[in-house]
Amino acid sequence: MNVFHFVQAFFSDGAHWHGYDGIPRRMVEHLQYSAAALGVAAAIALPIGLVTGHTGRGGNALAFVATAARALPSFGLLVLMFVLMGLSILPVMIPLVVLAVPPILVTTYEAVRNVDASPVDAARGMGMHPAKILFQVELPVALPLILSGLRSAAIQIVSTATIAAYVSLGGLGRYIVDGLYQRDYEKVVGGAALVAALALLVLGLFWAVGRAVVSPGVRRR
Amino acid sequence: MNGFFDMPSDLQHTWLGLVGWHLQESLVPVLAGLLVALPVAQLCVRFNWLYPPVLWITTVLYAVPSLAFFVVLIDYTGQSQTTVMIPLALYSLVVLVPAIVDGVRSVPAETNAAAVAMGIGPVRRYLRVQLPIAVPAIFAGLRVATVSSISLVSVGALIGNQGALGNLLADAMFYHRPILAVSSVVTTAVLAILADALLVLARRLLTPWQPPGARAAARAARRGGRGAGRPSGGRPHSRDAGEGPAPALERVP
Repeated sequence: MNVFHFVQAFFSDGAHWHGYDGIPRRMVEHLQYSAAALGVAAAIALPIGLVTGHTGRGGNALAFVATAARALPSFGLLVLMFVLMGLSILPVMIPLVVLAVPPILVTTYEAVRNVDASPVDAARGMGMHPAKILFQVELPVALPLILSGLRSAAIQIVSTATIAAYVSLGGLGRYIVDGLYQRDYEKVVGGAALVAALALLVLGLFWAVGRAVVSPGVRRR
Repeated sequence: MNGFFDMPSDLQHTWLGLVGWHLQESLVPVLAGLLVALPVAQLCVRFNWLYPPVLWITTVLYAVPSLAFFVVLIDYTGQSQTTVMIPLALYSLVVLVPAIVDGVRSVPAETNAAAVAMGIGPVRRYLRVQLPIAVPAIFAGLRVATVSSISLVSVGALIGNQGALGNLLADAMFYHRPILAVSSVVTTAVLAILADALLVLARRLLTPWQPPGARAAARAARRGGRGAGRPSGGRPHSRDAGEGPAPALERVP
């Protein structure tokens, strides 16, 4: 028996496809946690990154915040919040948001700051309002990098939402954590395969979004 | 059993013992990743066509969750330290290869040409010219790899208590002692920040030609250059961000 046999056995078992512990339900839970965390993290990090990148100030403070946030272990934070706050969705949201803010913040800042100066100067010379410069000149050019920051944040959130199961919440991590406790290796490997597939799906989704929203002129460069 | 440094006896380690174990479990993989990343990156620099596929493979590998990686490896290496260290080494590799490639590529062509003209062979040119100039980029990658490795080790607690300081978390739940979780989180974060600071210090020592204020000076020059129309293109390694996948530069469990 190798890993692929386990995966095959897991997915061909009809009992895994419906009911309270079925794959569709766990998948939806997992996506809910991930989407909520990514939304909150983007709502915090994108505006700050755009403004600091536009003004070019506060880079050191951002780097410091990002290092500090990165140093906090997500798993530890999850257990700590759970022990302190009890069973709710908050103990899961806090580590996931802390995890996702640094990549979004740092890449957005770097992306906007490194936009070619000549079009920005041209826009300013034409008398464009700073907000218009940011949204109509800098943002479209910086978009590929900003998306790559969002993408790495999303992938990390999807992989990390697995640990929510450790503190008795749902999601695809349920299979991994339950499987480990029940010594049901088939379940563990099946859950791991599902999370990995979901992460790759997110990768593909961001690639498609990039194709759709990035201006062809910027892409070709 | 109330103190920050008092460890429950089932962990079979003192606080210092856990710190040592944690550092070993997180830093050895980074070192292994660096040792493999150097030749791989050099191949990518030498053969340009190799880089995009390598970048794609590393991005996909990076998308595999650490916990999934751990549990799949249990079948081969058991519930042991090795099971935790193999994925960490792979993640370090994934962060380091693009960092080193960008660093070596940022060596100016004139510098290479000057080295060739002085009769410096390819090996010596690599060791004495290209690597030193690439040090800032390599260390940027090392910092991210080290910090994320240190915080990822905790997840090893899920596979048979192989998580060093992370093992405290399970105890915090079983005995309902929040102080144990605080101890785990704070110690891990402090270790990560200390390691990061040490790497910054090492980078400064290795690149004495870059005075500490160099970055600020460069930024000031760049800001001043905005009005004067600085040469287009921005930093060299932001160039191909639109095409291949830009390296995802961080990961926590």
